[in-house]
Amino acid sequence: MASAPSKLYADDVSLLVVLLDTNPFFWSSFSLPFSKFLSHVLSFLNSILLLNQFNQVVVIATGCNSCDYIYDSSSATNTDAESGRMPALCSDLLRKLDEFVTRDQHLGEKDSLGPPTSSLLSGSLSMALCYIQKVFRSGPLHPQPRILCLQGSTDGPEQYVAIMNAIFSAQRSMVPIDSCFMGSNNSAFLQQASYITGGVYQKPQQLDGLFQYLSTVFATDLHSRTFLRLPKSVGVDFRASCFCHKRTIDMGYICSVCLSIFCKHHKKCSTCGSVFGQPQSDVPSASNVK
Amino acid sequence: METRHLIKRAKYKTTAKGSGIPGVLEMTKNKIVFKPNDPTSVTMINVDFRSIKGHKNTKEGSSNPPLINLVLDQGGSYIFEFENFSDLQVCREFVVNSLAKSGEGLIATSDRPVVASHDEQLSTAEMELRMKLLQENSELQKLHKQFVLGNILTESEFWATRKKLLDGDSSQKSKQQIGFKSSMILDTLPLHDARTNKLTFNLTQETKYQIFALKPAVQQAFLNLVPNKMTEKDFWTKYCRAELLHFKRNAMAAAAEAAEDEDLVIFLKDDDILASEARRKIRRVDPTLDIEADQGDDYMHLPDHGIFRDGSKEITESQHEVYRRTFLQDLNRQGEVVLEGRTIDVELDNPTKVAEALAQSRQESDATAKEERLYRTSRMTEMEDLQAPHDHPFAPLCIKDPRDYFDSQQANALKTYDDTRAGTEQLSCSLNTEEAYGFLRSSISEIKAMGLSAHMVRPEVALTVINGLTQNISSTKYQLGKNVNESVLDRLPNTTKEELLHHWISIQELLRHFWSSYPITTSYLYAKTEGSHVKNLSAARGNKGIGSLRAPPAGFPPRSSYASGSRCCFPTLRVGFAEENGKGWREAKWICLGEVYELHVYSRY
Repeated sequence: MASAPSKLYADDVSLLVVLLDTNPFFWSSFSLPFSKFLSHVLSFLNSILLLNQFNQVVVIATGCNSCDYIYDSSSATNTDAESGRMPALCSDLLRKLDEFVTRDQHLGEKDSLGPPTSSLLSGSLSMALCYIQKVFRSGPLHPQPRILCLQGSTDGPEQYVAIMNAIFSAQRSMVPIDSCFMGSNNSAFLQQASYITGGVYQKPQQLDGLFQYLSTVFATDLHSRTFLRLPKSVGVDFRASCFCHKRTIDMGYICSVCLSIFCKHHKKCSTCGSVFGQPQSDVPSASNVK
Repeated sequence: METRHLIKRAKYKTTAKGSGIPGVLEMTKNKIVFKPNDPTSVTMINVDFRSIKGHKNTKEGSSNPPLINLVLDQGGSYIFEFENFSDLQVCREFVVNSLAKSGEGLIATSDRPVVASHDEQLSTAEMELRMKLLQENSELQKLHKQFVLGNILTESEFWATRKKLLDGDSSQKSKQQIGFKSSMILDTLPLHDARTNKLTFNLTQETKYQIFALKPAVQQAFLNLVPNKMTEKDFWTKYCRAELLHFKRNAMAAAAEAAEDEDLVIFLKDDDILASEARRKIRRVDPTLDIEADQGDDYMHLPDHGIFRDGSKEITESQHEVYRRTFLQDLNRQGEVVLEGRTIDVELDNPTKVAEALAQSRQESDATAKEERLYRTSRMTEMEDLQAPHDHPFAPLCIKDPRDYFDSQQANALKTYDDTRAGTEQLSCSLNTEEAYGFLRSSISEIKAMGLSAHMVRPEVALTVINGLTQNISSTKYQLGKNVNESVLDRLPNTTKEELLHHWISIQELLRHFWSSYPITTSYLYAKTEGSHVKNLSAARGNKGIGSLRAPPAGFPPRSSYASGSRCCFPTLRVGFAEENGKGWREAKWICLGEVYELHVYSRY
């Protein structure tokens, strides 16, 4: 692949890293069946690969207890004979996904903490960025990378710091994070991720038309985005989670040294160890947390 | 094309009137060389164009011989006399071009001579101003490059529409008043001639003005006494004697002298006018407060601060108090006058005139102060309940749907308030862990078995989705220009937007030239509109195909007065060339291809 001549790597060749939410608790209670969702996504992945022969697709499963690569079009082997009903891509991916779900379940059984409800988005984001960094370092010729989060479960405030770090490193390496959020409420994490990295945040209203959303909005490569008008999100929820209890807060206290966020006044910053004085008056020195 | 090399017979002169040395003047791209005919002569000039600041020349038809004067940077100049005026003209062109070239490569890169159609006399200063304007304004530079260097407009035509720019800049430069000197004139020591034991005070016109400004009493006395009672010289002598007494800080002697000479008293006593001024200032203090004025404005009432000029502390001599003057008083007065700056604008040659002008300016400032005080009083004493409410320029905070901002985290917030309850909720609404995973796996095997269906999305659903996604785009058509803060241009990609704006500016520039040619009274104007500019209008749109101008409507050109204007459908572009679109306007439409380009041009009979 790396030996491809430079002109073939035009600016509309994409590397699409898809983060697939496989939270069983979400999908078991969601109106759109997981099988339906998968069929939409598989068709979308196929069409991405058909758009340009140099396009590359990587799929990472975001589970409750772990994350893993479940498909990479650059290393796909066509050993599986096509079963007639399904292209090699799909059967390959589904097999890996099945294995991943089993593994994820076993990992969860070891934990005695009860069922986790949010997916490890921070982990899969980090994996995607690592993969993209590897591509960046492979040589001067590489496809234009972008990340697409297909998320359904609610945000895990305990992952706030990790996710924000991932978002900022994506911003630094100019990788846009697109997000398609299917849950009932908007996801603040993904809104912020798309806003900061210049990606698109979309919450499909018609879930049975998911493929239409994916192909209309998220199939556009970075080159086309310079002259296409993609839908803009109305607003972004900028609220943060506090570092002490991982709660989402509107107002809070910020360490003046390291900018850590707390929901109540502490004597000492748990992150950097700075000692705080008492608030001067009854008006707390609370500053609005963006 | 300009010539690169020029040789003319000329006489070198040091002054315009002298006979001069005959010789040969040779100009190349960056040098001027003069060789006298007489090889023994030492006069030989070889200078760089860079060291030449400007040039002057005599006009044809005047009584003067054809002279050119090249002014040097370091001062001084060379004067050359030519055999005839055509030689001078050629030489002048050459100098103008070379100066422009050595000054800046910008205009000189033009192949055409800088002065083209009109007999425009361009001074170097003007050229420099133009180049400075071009450098400061990149947009102007772009236009200049496109039209002047692209041979569409001439240099003079281009600048003719920008007279304001040129004028405004030069007028800004000229008027700067020199402020009042901050050094104390009272410190100027007299020259002491030991032989005759005479002291010589040196008073210039400037010093006299300064004295008048600092001491209104002296000024008043001058007006009263000179020239009726004494000569100007006597007046200043007396003044200087008084100064000397102060300088020696001999209050006793001062008192004695004052007793002898009643005229001297005015110089020795505290300045009454100043004192009353200070009192008046306090009276003027408005009902609220003005910290500017203070009873201690002149330090008159603070005897303890009396430090004399050499730093020694005063010895209280109460009976001669009127003749004491402290250093702080002088210093304060000096500071006040310096801050005031120069209030008069007359020649300093005539002390009487200066004194009169000062008196007048004081009255004027009094009048304005009174007015200001009245205004302030009326403003401060207004009845609040009788006034209309003050309109604060604020826009109400408008959040379309707060839920969009804050609802997303509701589930999390609820959950974290009560972990256990949330946990049971989670379990109750779904299955337990094992069942959930089982469900997921069954879904995967289901799709494995079923394969991808041919009809993934029903056509109706797809249509709804597409409509929903593009609603934002299609609705802009109707909301165009309704929202002040949002313009269509902002929605366009940056490069397109810039390109569009540039086209607009160039079209505007050409249209300005086009319409300014009406009414067509000369053949030159006819050629300008008919020949070049209309075509250039279409040339200006470049290869992007914006559009072309329709022929002017029947009845053109208008017979008498004319006016022109244009309007564009972009809200942001409406400024600039647009005038009015009232009655009696004839409309020439400039319709451009493409949806967003539409330009109307109106002209009035």
